Amino acid sequence: MRQEYKKIWKNYAVGMAWLLGLLWPMLGIHPDGTLTFHRTLTVWLYIFAGSLICVLFYITKKSRILSGVTDPLVNGAGKLSDISKALPTSVWMVLLFVFLLVYPLVNGRYAIDVAISVLLYVCLGMGLNIVVGLAGMLDLGYIAFYGVGAYTYALLNVAYGLSFWLCLPLAGCFACIAGCLVGYPTLNMRGDYLAIVTMGFGEITRIVLNNWMSLTNGPNGILGIKPISILIPTFHNTMSFETFWVKKLNVLYYFVLILAVISVIAVTRLRNSRIGRAWESIREDETAAELMGVNTFRYKLLAYAVGAVFAGLAGAFFAARMRFVSPESFTFIESCMVLCMVVLGGMGSIPGIVLGVIVLIALPEVFRQFALYRMLVFGAAMIIIMLFKPDGLIPAKRLKIQAQYEKKGETDTNVS
Amino acid sequence: MSAEPILELKDVHSGYGSIKALKGISLKAYPGEILAIIGANGAGKSTTLMTICGIVHPDQGEIFYKGKKINKIPAQKLPPMGLCQVPEGRRIFPRLTVEENLILGAFYRNDRAGIDKDMEHVYSLFPILKERSRQQGGTLSGGEQQMLALARALMTKPEVLLLDEPSLGLAPIIVQSIFDIIADINKNSDTTIILVEQNANLALQTAQRGYVLETGRITLEDDAESLLNNADIRKAYLGE
Ligand SMILES: Nc1ncnc2c1ncn2[C@@H]1O[C@H](COP(=O)(O)OP(=O)(O)O)[C@@H](O)[C@H]1O
Ligand SMILES: [Mg+2]
Repeated sequence: MRQEYKKIWKNYAVGMAWLLGLLWPMLGIHPDGTLTFHRTLTVWLYIFAGSLICVLFYITKKSRILSGVTDPLVNGAGKLSDISKALPTSVWMVLLFVFLLVYPLVNGRYAIDVAISVLLYVCLGMGLNIVVGLAGMLDLGYIAFYGVGAYTYALLNVAYGLSFWLCLPLAGCFACIAGCLVGYPTLNMRGDYLAIVTMGFGEITRIVLNNWMSLTNGPNGILGIKPISILIPTFHNTMSFETFWVKKLNVLYYFVLILAVISVIAVTRLRNSRIGRAWESIREDETAAELMGVNTFRYKLLAYAVGAVFAGLAGAFFAARMRFVSPESFTFIESCMVLCMVVLGGMGSIPGIVLGVIVLIALPEVFRQFALYRMLVFGAAMIIIMLFKPDGLIPAKRLKIQAQYEKKGETDTNVS
Repeated sequence: MSAEPILELKDVHSGYGSIKALKGISLKAYPGEILAIIGANGAGKSTTLMTICGIVHPDQGEIFYKGKKINKIPAQKLPPMGLCQVPEGRRIFPRLTVEENLILGAFYRNDRAGIDKDMEHVYSLFPILKERSRQQGGTLSGGEQQMLALARALMTKPEVLLLDEPSLGLAPIIVQSIFDIIADINKNSDTTIILVEQNANLALQTAQRGYVLETGRITLEDDAESLLNNADIRKAYLGE
């Protein structure tokens, strides 16, 4: 026990020294060549004090000094989780559904705006999960398909006045075609090579959008995109239809919610299907999959195409919500963010990815109070999550396939 | 033994780009037999099997399966034709469950009832796999993984089964039980088996005929018993 504490304190000391070494160049070296220590030390002391409390807490918990206080708490928490287990999943689904439905009614503009972002990224995360999580192909240019979807709606709407609902399937189509175009030449690549090439494709897309002035208006972007429209029947004298523009965020929220729910359901179903199994076998061992009769070429292309469709659809919604698109929204860092959501949440795990999206969208918002250090704190939070949860927040559970095999098995053993 | 070979290689040259691993291989496998291919490390045994299965493409020569030329047929079309390989090092799908691994063996099939029946059949051959059916393949022991790889291949309903070093890295007692099962599969379902091994002694005891492969060429072909008694073979491969 004593040994163990020694180790904790030693690690803690090394960690704090390392932090000091990291902080000083950032805070203590100034552009005019002067070196200061004061600010570094204050920040460091704050962090030191904060983490010291955590470590002390950890040790007291371990040594059970405060067991009189903590045990009832732990028991209470245990009871809570018992209750949560007692309720069937369907009840939780209903509760979640109700929460999602009333969310825009009880929240302000800002909260709804963040929620719409979360829902769009859920859709992106689901699409990328097919490519990275299921088929195991590391795609660093995924945001390009989001861009294709967004520009499809922007261009067709501004130039031809086509309505959103006509452009939505077209956005999916064009993204799908783009997915095949990127996928086809990269099908024989694996791992790091694939990552580099897809990154290249992503950048090419962005640069084309940026430089094709005559079509995309370059870096200035496209303005004046119409929002989503719906036709509402009216009964003045005779029945007629009136166009209703979805400008209000809380109405748009429901449309994006439907998209996100559909994508979650679609990916869940795909994953449990024959196609999903083929994808997973390719991820595990491509040659073995081929030897078992999986057409790896076709299924990898399909993964790209289906993944891109989700991004394309989300892109169209993005354009309709912002009513403005520019290449700046589709940079490499966006691809990285979506990838982080998938990895942080738990590759291949659908609830994990949803949680990953929430964490990665919500954390930067929560950290706004740190102002300048926001992204630093954000990065630190990500590192901490990956340290403590290396498989992601909610790691993918292996599927439980057809309980029937097991049942049959039991009767068999009884006979023999 | 019938006169018509079920699988035949005629002067097959194959390799990896500029590396020529096979320099003219000709061999025949007859229906229902166990055929051993023995050879040292790097002789080209695995390349031979990968070339038959369409993973590596021959530069020259012809491969016939049931009288049909299969050089140009893509790998994934071979299991439906009854040709399947258990690759070297097992290569199961480590993060999929045992059951999912087996279902993937039946990937090209859609006869639900037949798949269920075969599933029961492989579980009766390897009861340990049934106990482990919900476990991830990668968490099995080496011997269990070899059983899973074998079972997965059986799910394709093979007529010709290619086995690449099934004894690799396994304890002798497990090797023996796996070879017993291989012999059973051959006997009970008339499956032709091509057995690639470095463990020449065991392979030749199980097989009826054998080929000896040396640096991409067949140097000897005979029935298994003669090979076992051949002085050169005993010296080179049986450590005498
Ligand atoms: N993927 C590969 N790329 C390049 N050369 C290979 C590859 N696999 C095998 N070789 C070479 O081909 C030859 C035959 O190898 P292999 O068929 O694996 O032999 P064996 O199975 O008899 O041990 C060896 O010289 C080996 O180095
Ligand atoms: Mg080999």
